[in-house]
Amino acid sequence: MTDATGIPTRKPDGAGAHLIHVLRENPVTLLSFGMFAFFLLQAFFGAYLVPHDPLATNAANALQPPNWTHWFGTDNLGRDVFSRVVVATRLDLTISVLAVAISFVIGSVLGAVAGYWGGWIDAVLNRVLDTIMAFPLFVLAMGIVAALGNTVENIIYATALINIPFYARLVRAEVNIRREAGFALAARLSGNSHFRTLAFHIFPNALPPMMVQVSLNMGWAILNAAGLSFIGLGVRPPTPEWGIMVAEGANFIISGHWWVALFPGLWLMLAVFTFNLMGDGLRDIVDPRRRT
Amino acid sequence: MVGRARAIGIRLAQTVPVLIGVVVISFILTRALPGDPAVYFAGAMADEASIQQVREALGLDKPLMTQFVLYVGDLARGDLGRSLSTGQPVLTDLAMRLPASLELTLSALILSCLIAIPLGVLAAVRQGSWIDHLCRVLVTAGVSLPTFFTGILLVYVFYYLLGLAPAPLGRLDFLYFEPPRVTGFYLIDSLLAGDLETFAAALRQLALPTITLALFTLAPIARMTRAAMLQALSSDYIRTARAAGLSRGKVVFGYGFRNALLPVVTTLGMVFSFVLGANVLVEKVFAWPGIGSYAVEALVASDYAAVQGFVLAMAILFVTLNLIIDLSYALIDPRIGFDTK
Repeated sequence: MTDATGIPTRKPDGAGAHLIHVLRENPVTLLSFGMFAFFLLQAFFGAYLVPHDPLATNAANALQPPNWTHWFGTDNLGRDVFSRVVVATRLDLTISVLAVAISFVIGSVLGAVAGYWGGWIDAVLNRVLDTIMAFPLFVLAMGIVAALGNTVENIIYATALINIPFYARLVRAEVNIRREAGFALAARLSGNSHFRTLAFHIFPNALPPMMVQVSLNMGWAILNAAGLSFIGLGVRPPTPEWGIMVAEGANFIISGHWWVALFPGLWLMLAVFTFNLMGDGLRDIVDPRRRT
Repeated sequence: MVGRARAIGIRLAQTVPVLIGVVVISFILTRALPGDPAVYFAGAMADEASIQQVREALGLDKPLMTQFVLYVGDLARGDLGRSLSTGQPVLTDLAMRLPASLELTLSALILSCLIAIPLGVLAAVRQGSWIDHLCRVLVTAGVSLPTFFTGILLVYVFYYLLGLAPAPLGRLDFLYFEPPRVTGFYLIDSLLAGDLETFAAALRQLALPTITLALFTLAPIARMTRAAMLQALSSDYIRTARAAGLSRGKVVFGYGFRNALLPVVTTLGMVFSFVLGANVLVEKVFAWPGIGSYAVEALVASDYAAVQGFVLAMAILFVTLNLIIDLSYALIDPRIGFDTK
């Protein structure tokens, strides 16, 4: 990557310098990386750090407002909301990371093949993607989970499937415009097979825009998974998960017990916000022209 | 005119493979039911013989292709199966509840367009001002909001704390009678019946769920309006119009906005898909008796015919809407031929 700022006298060349420049220009991006680290920390170590057992019930201590022992209060079964919110991070992030990873891989393969060889493969793929996109995506995810069975794995598959079109289309476009590019033809001439040219010479060019898509998609995948468990699909109680905790808390909001639903909802919102900010920031780094 | 008619014909033809695909997917979803549907429908007390009988009655002993043909035949006759929990045909149930969902969705879309489009236009016209920053914050925060969570927060603030909103329990308070059904939209029906009190009551119930959905749809519409306006305002014909001394209003709205409309309308189609999904969540929060909460109840009760019917109905609704949007392009922008797509 060349230095896009056009002031080579003051800054050393290279992607690293550009990265530092963007982060300095846009502190919000830096903040989003910090928040991302915060969520990763909770996902990896949260279960060992929380003050209470997220599943331990205590009827004598039910629906306590936030206090020094229970920072986020307790729910209707006397469980500590703070511990549950923190422990839930791992499950929510796992679902969305796995879902996005699956759609990334499948979407890349399908899009690369269709973009490189074109022809009937391309035509068929496009029609199939059109069909998937013809469904309201959340509704399709509901239908898939209902049909496959009500488990966490199926939430992951459903979320992955509805995301595949975005990746496949992106990769297809990126591969297609480079199919006849000079470097691709040179790679073919020097004896690389079609597969090697596609996988190691053309496909890596699609990675930067893919990373932006991944980040934006992660937030969306979390929302999707939490929404599904909010309506009672996938994750089952008493497993701590943000969507299901908001659903449980919703029953108590009318009686004024706001903390049961507020904190898991807030964490969910922050996580999605983090990924969206990161996606916007990454877009600035990857493609400075497309800033909005 | 002949070219226009041909373009419309091509666009209509393009819908056919998508519709076929939608039917195939929904058939696969129906046949991928966990376990054996025959055992399920025969009930808990069934023995081997009666299960076999149910299987034959449902046509499940026939080859898959025959089953598919039967399924398409049923669909063509408008038969989506019978709901286990209500005992009604699924199509009747959906038709009964669709107006509730549409009333909510449409009022949310209208509200968010009323806010988002002026906001996006202003942000583009005064780029870099406080209104531009406000727009940016709203856009990033808006896409991060889980609809079900915003709904619950609004209920807490406006129902519990301030007491301004009625309890989130459906379309109308128990004190009022449903207006006589003409369109199924309570707001319109109560006005037609001249019953202003019911109209106000229905409006109060509608307010919070509408705001919830509108907040969710605000972000993509405002973002697209701003981007489209920026692009339109930086083009040559705007410079020419300014140079020719046209008034600012004429330049911004007569030339800029009109050209920015096309991408905004495209975004509206995409937003509609999100809203149909978000509807399900919002209807659950506000106990709204629409097709979304119908599907959720059906899911909880493992009432698969109802779920599949819902998914199929949503997809067909969405495909039709996109078709209408594409066709309406021709009205907004006379240069558009459909073959450019």
